Amino acid sequence: MKSYPVNIKPYGEYAILLEWPNEVAEDILCDILDFMEHFRTISGTEWEMVPAYNSLMMVSQGDVLDFDRSKQLINDSLFTRATSRIKRENHLWHIPVCYDAEFGIDLEEVAEHLNISVNTLIEQHTAHQYLVYGIGFLPGFMYLGGLPSSLEIPRRAEPRLHVAKGSVGLAGKQTGIYPQESPGGWNIIGNCPISLFNPKKEEPCLVNVGDKVQFHSIPRAEYDLHKIEAEVGIYKPKRILLHGQDT
Amino acid sequence: MVKILKAGFYSTLQDLGRLGFRDKGVPISGVMDEVSATRANLLLENEAGATLMEMTMTGPTLQFESHTYICISGADMLPSINGKAITNYRVIKVAKNDVLTFGKLQNGFRSYLAVKGGFGTEKVLGSQSQYFPVTLAQCLKEGDEIPYKETSNFAPAITELKTEAHFEPGLLKVNKGPEYELLDDGQLASIFSKSFTISKQNNRMAYQLGETIKGHDHSMLTSGTLPGTVQLTPSGRIIILMKDGQTTGGYPRIFQLSKESICILAQKKSRDIVSFELLK
Repeated sequence: MKSYPVNIKPYGEYAILLEWPNEVAEDILCDILDFMEHFRTISGTEWEMVPAYNSLMMVSQGDVLDFDRSKQLINDSLFTRATSRIKRENHLWHIPVCYDAEFGIDLEEVAEHLNISVNTLIEQHTAHQYLVYGIGFLPGFMYLGGLPSSLEIPRRAEPRLHVAKGSVGLAGKQTGIYPQESPGGWNIIGNCPISLFNPKKEEPCLVNVGDKVQFHSIPRAEYDLHKIEAEVGIYKPKRILLHGQDT
Repeated sequence: MVKILKAGFYSTLQDLGRLGFRDKGVPISGVMDEVSATRANLLLENEAGATLMEMTMTGPTLQFESHTYICISGADMLPSINGKAITNYRVIKVAKNDVLTFGKLQNGFRSYLAVKGGFGTEKVLGSQSQYFPVTLAQCLKEGDEIPYKETSNFAPAITELKTEAHFEPGLLKVNKGPEYELLDDGQLASIFSKSFTISKQNNRMAYQLGETIKGHDHSMLTSGTLPGTVQLTPSGRIIILMKDGQTTGGYPRIFQLSKESICILAQKKSRDIVSFELLK
């Protein structure tokens, strides 16, 4: 496992930003997450940590930070992260999506733009595993990476005021699911019947940064069934444990 | 219970925020002006994080259904009980069926109503702060009833705080943000020599400033953001994230407001003026 150079920057009175090389790469994200696990065993819950792509924001829950002292602590921990034997647990989630035209309101337009059939579009969208590079923007919104270049399409010229909850979209190098109704400019190709964010649960968001997501196409009847199962709380999404990467 | 007879412009219940779920995209929420809110709780000898009502611009009309003590702080909205004027930063006894109303905003933008013992709504993800969709409702509405524990006898150590509004004038003290180095001399000069007007786009999520400065073409990967983060968009617009602000963002973070300056900004409304000063 590769250890990258890390830049440590002050971020106001209570936070510090750690920056890895400015690239979207699975190895970089893994190095960030390994460091996070390692640091958590040292510092406990004193810090709230937000990983995204090539950075880690660390927010102190206590008093105003002494930047130099915190930097020293982080540097020591960065130095020893390679020797850490902590195993991260990440999962591959199988997420159902209904690509019916009723939900995939831009499906035909997207297929036409990409010069492929609707069926090929669905096949390609469901053929890949997408890495969760970050969760933000809205509660439970995943930044997914790994979209094949054949599915890259610019976001819509005019954003919609209302995009339905569960909508699955494409925009640039990204694909993702709207966890709640919101305005948005992505091209909508389907809908996911299960809630990825449930504030009533102690752990409100099943997916973690570093997990992977693979979509599978379901017919309308199955969509309706999963929707009911999810509402009464008996739907269990399928997940597979991914093996932690060894050094 | 306190019954909401009229909701006012935008009233919510807030505590000191919902910590521990930022990595799942959940904003921390919590009171916008922590200085004012904490003072009201302090006078009532509540815990610092007791849940209070944050009222914006126009206050609600409320009826108390049992005896308690209250304290109002922050913006002065000319509060009165049963038509009789009361003042901010003072412990006030209220009786069953008393009606609290508010008048015209005199200063600031957000006022806080603390009740002895705090409001007793359900915690969601460790906090009572209202934020949709974590909580079912985004804000309070007419007919809502909010629980609190009845208190008939309370002898406060201090009954009144003589306090100057901490939010005038609008000088915002900032530290350098992660992308501060992106700013050229021209941009720095514009930011620190000019004053800026609060635009209509201001709420618990973010404050946009009316005037723009020279933009940039820096593109960056999405990264963590905080309440008080000052972002600069490519077109040169300045956006300051607040308590309900998103936990990650893709615009350069040029500054980070000091904790006190977040409280100052929280008391600003459209057309108010702010300026920036860099902390050493």
